[in-house]
Amino acid sequence: MTALIETKDLQRTFSVSVGLFKPRQTLHAVNGVDLTVERKDVLGIVGESGCGKSTLARMLLGLTPPTRGNILIDGQDISKIDRRELARRIQPIFQDPYSSLNPRRTIASIVAFPLDVLGVGTSTERRNKAIEMLDRVGLPARYADNTPGQLSGGQRQRVAIARALVINPEIVVCDEPTSALDVSVQAQILNLLLDLRKEFNLTYVFISHNLAVVEHIATQVAVMYLGRVVELTRTAELFKHPRHPYTQALLASVLTPEPGLGIPDMGLGLSFPDPLHPPSGCAFHPRCQQRRPECSVDHPHLLRDAQGDVACHLYPAKA
Amino acid sequence: MVTDEIVLDVQGLTVDISTPRGTLHVVRDISLQVKRGETLCIVGESGCGKSITSLSMMGLLPKTARRTSRVFEFLGEDLARASKQRINDLRGNRMAMIFQEPMTALNPAYTIGDQLTEHYRHHRKASAQEARLRAVELLEKVGIASAAERLGQYPHQLSGGLRQRVMIAMALMCGPELLIADEPSTALDVTIQAQILRLLADLQDELGIAMVLITHDLGVVARIADRVAVMYAGQIVEEGAAADIFASPQHPYTRGLISCIPIPGKTMPGGKLGTIPGVVPSLIGEMRGCSFKDRCSLAQERCSDTIPMYKNIQGQQWRCVINQSNQSGAGQ
Repeated sequence: MTALIETKDLQRTFSVSVGLFKPRQTLHAVNGVDLTVERKDVLGIVGESGCGKSTLARMLLGLTPPTRGNILIDGQDISKIDRRELARRIQPIFQDPYSSLNPRRTIASIVAFPLDVLGVGTSTERRNKAIEMLDRVGLPARYADNTPGQLSGGQRQRVAIARALVINPEIVVCDEPTSALDVSVQAQILNLLLDLRKEFNLTYVFISHNLAVVEHIATQVAVMYLGRVVELTRTAELFKHPRHPYTQALLASVLTPEPGLGIPDMGLGLSFPDPLHPPSGCAFHPRCQQRRPECSVDHPHLLRDAQGDVACHLYPAKA
Repeated sequence: MVTDEIVLDVQGLTVDISTPRGTLHVVRDISLQVKRGETLCIVGESGCGKSITSLSMMGLLPKTARRTSRVFEFLGEDLARASKQRINDLRGNRMAMIFQEPMTALNPAYTIGDQLTEHYRHHRKASAQEARLRAVELLEKVGIASAAERLGQYPHQLSGGLRQRVMIAMALMCGPELLIADEPSTALDVTIQAQILRLLADLQDELGIAMVLITHDLGVVARIADRVAVMYAGQIVEEGAAADIFASPQHPYTRGLISCIPIPGKTMPGGKLGTIPGVVPSLIGEMRGCSFKDRCSLAQERCSDTIPMYKNIQGQQWRCVINQSNQSGAGQ
């Protein structure tokens, strides 16, 4: 059986202006990403800002075409799928529920909008379906004629979820869906996403910088660094035995509410490198505590074994 | 190292803001003390009044806000009655603040060097040369490489983490005794966040500053705080030593907050997280009883009356009608 989502050597570059009289430079936002996501899986994507998580999400949604490589959904290249058909199968939930909802439309019309676009049923049917979906995500029908301005952040994110699910997609791409929310609301939204996944047999691609949240919701995790996936493993395995030094540092930086542990020192040094001039060899080597001479020269290839994928010169471990 | 000298003593602080719809009671009768070398974390969700509390301590409230207090002392000096001139002498000098958004808190039109040295020259009557040396010293202390060259750079030329380091260096220029940090690491990546917090903790330890850290992140609180004050709807609902608050939270809101957070290795992946139903109440108009009663699973009739403040022998205090601990609680 083919995987639900498969990306092959996916690459996206942007041409950026670095100064008025300087030639434009090429920024590799996503640089050769191979991923497979099985049906009903939740793929968590983590990494620091600027690592290409959001560009990857936009490509999956068909909002940004890849410069090279392709994305297959159910074995079908998405560049060959009709835009509406693609939207029916894959839907987004964005980070900021304050800017992702049109402030001048009512909640019911926002949720029914995907149905309008696809021309499903009559307008009464569409409205009823929207209200049904609102009820499912925990928003009472009395909000249907309100505008987003009258709702709280958590309620708005529920509207965004209802809008994504109203046309029964197979895949939902969540780009930092809880980052703008308070912790108590974050817990509500995570619980809701987990329930909905079971109920509608959804597959999630879940982007977050919060590793604790990813551990909670994802079944497998891809760790990205400067446009590349450096480690891809089942969640439990990754949190128990992180292999890539960058994954180890990221895990160490999670501040769990356990007093007395102090603040970890990951030894990452100061800066995330300039994505315009990525370091040679393994892009992580200037910040790596376990670097070897070959790390600054050769780019490590993704090693695939029983434990998962990892791109690091430390693996396979030499005896 | 925590000493017994009280740097900031606030009792009965209340902040009201008049709005067209009525008076907004943003901060309602809160009391705080911070000792030298101590870190007090004020934690709460958005809209609970934690930022207004920090601004009121610095005397930076908007014009429409009215601040009242029973005691408002900085190192024994009454700030509520101090002249504007006196406040200006203290602010930026002996009490300093780090703001949340380094991009908006730094002026994009001036170099880092200008912004670092301005208040030092004003307060310390230092020459430009002395101020420059001090700026380089502090930039190095906060871990910025090639500090001297950085002085000529503008904020947009620095990354978010570096800007926040500049903000910290700026706050430390005059060697303050009280540092108020409002969400200093929220806008940053997790890796940078850990570095910034570590830096703050180290500097505080080294310089013996009293620090008030405002945050919504209980993970940050657990790792850096000596004492914790949990705010809800403008009130402190629970206060105590960090270890006690996390080991035995007494107020239902504190318990709810702690149960909301997924913890790798502790919470079941894919399991149900604790939630707090409902929304924060409106802070406009008269308020009676417990402000958390509409969201509380343990609410009872007594919650609409005056809520006692219980205290146990470890000094943990909570504002709730329920006193489950066996220690004799003294109602206030």
